[in-house]
Amino acid sequence: MAAPTASQWIDACDRDDIDEEDVIRFDHDGRTFALYRSPDDAYFATDGLCTHEKVHLADGLVMDNIIECPKHNGRFDYRTGEAKGAPVCVNLRTYPVKVEDGRVWIGID
Amino acid sequence: MTGRMLIIGAGEAGARAAMALRENGFAGTVTIIGDEPHLPYERPPLSKSVLAAESEPAAPFIHTEARLAEQDIAIVHGTEATSIDRAGHTVTTANGAIFPYDRLLLATGAKARRLRLDGAGPDNVLYLRTFREALALRSRLMPGSRLVLIGGGFIGLELAAAARLRGCDVTVIEMAPRLLARAVPADMAARIAARHEAAGVRLILGAGIERIEGDITGHAVLLSDGERVPCDGIIAGIGAVPETELAEAAGLAIENGIKADERLQTSDPDIFAAGDCCSFPLALYGGRRIRLEAWRNAQDQGNHAARSMLGASEPYDAVPWFWSDQYDLTLQIAGLPDEGSETIIRDLGDSSEIRFRLAPDGRLLAASAIGPNGKIAKDIRLAEMMIARRAKPDRGALGDPNVKLKTLFLAPAGQS
Repeated sequence: MAAPTASQWIDACDRDDIDEEDVIRFDHDGRTFALYRSPDDAYFATDGLCTHEKVHLADGLVMDNIIECPKHNGRFDYRTGEAKGAPVCVNLRTYPVKVEDGRVWIGID
Repeated sequence: MTGRMLIIGAGEAGARAAMALRENGFAGTVTIIGDEPHLPYERPPLSKSVLAAESEPAAPFIHTEARLAEQDIAIVHGTEATSIDRAGHTVTTANGAIFPYDRLLLATGAKARRLRLDGAGPDNVLYLRTFREALALRSRLMPGSRLVLIGGGFIGLELAAAARLRGCDVTVIEMAPRLLARAVPADMAARIAARHEAAGVRLILGAGIERIEGDITGHAVLLSDGERVPCDGIIAGIGAVPETELAEAAGLAIENGIKADERLQTSDPDIFAAGDCCSFPLALYGGRRIRLEAWRNAQDQGNHAARSMLGASEPYDAVPWFWSDQYDLTLQIAGLPDEGSETIIRDLGDSSEIRFRLAPDGRLLAASAIGPNGKIAKDIRLAEMMIARRAKPDRGALGDPNVKLKTLFLAPAGQS
């Protein structure tokens, strides 16, 4: 998978707005994203809607680098966006994330 | 492994089983027989997004044609399986074709229970089970149309919400004194009822119905107390009946569905059952025999039946799980909510709550949650995993929203 690129960086939230091993929703300019914090305190971002039935992933459970859709249990690796099997077969887009001065920034195109 | 796997029923369970056979390395022929003219599609959207769609919706297909072709899964459309020759290992369809099998999966689903009332007939009562029926219903949901929904179960209520959101004038008539009597705790059902009333739905509970009147020019439902409810359309959502005729005619054991064992094998060792048509023992609840009409169960049993057809021996042990969306409310249930003897409530804030049901020995048996906009999903998923591992969580911690449920789930075995 090609590394995600950013044409603009958006200030999304405070780093403590996301609990460890959890996800929040972030909306910007008509788009919705999911922002994740891993147990080892790294941050990740993907598209916010499941590629299967467009459910908000931020309502789903994060465990072991996997985000699971809250309705249909579609599973993705949130670090790579990779779909992990039925009922989802389309990967999530991922976006670069940086943390500066306690703020989490998402790079979008 | 090679051979011939035949699946009757092109719903969720059948479609999933076909794909799971390939995922588990089966290299022989896989054929699905379905009586509808479509590829297999998902049913949950039929009472939700399909009805609410602004423009004519497409069927929510489970697999694309290309994906099925790539996996070499054959679909025989638009014809019904009419008989099984168990001795000869063949299935015959309505158009006279004969399909041999080595292993057969019955994923025949369920059909909408028909309203048996004076005056009720195909001209004045609609049902919702298939995509075609969903399109027919959708065309009735015009702003200002007066609709009567008979049945205060999930289908009736999801339909009521969709119809209300499209500007219809909606009345729900339920015979029981409350909504969702079989599946949902009373307090949660009361909250759902209040949400419908706030949206302008009229609920008539504890009602008897005398008869249906009318034709294409107008209808009415006559209640036992003498009230006449005039309307432009009547929709019945009064449950479903498992499709067992084929199995019954073939001499298979039936018990509120096609009777299967813990591997989903029927009384014929070469025939398996999955999904809405299948009655099975659930080890989680002491082998209690149940039949589930739920999307997740169809998925999970399709997967499991495929493995059993290939010779796997493990029992089916998934936690029953179910959800419903009505307006901005989401309801999710893990486990069987009528199990257990003690209820612990966790307030999740923002009008969300989860109710845990515990056995006398403290084992978590079920969890029901309700709240706006999907906020409950993470906790109900954790509850589901605790039910699956037969956890006995600390009662105080369960009810304390300051203790993260995830910490209970991750606690060492025996303490979680």
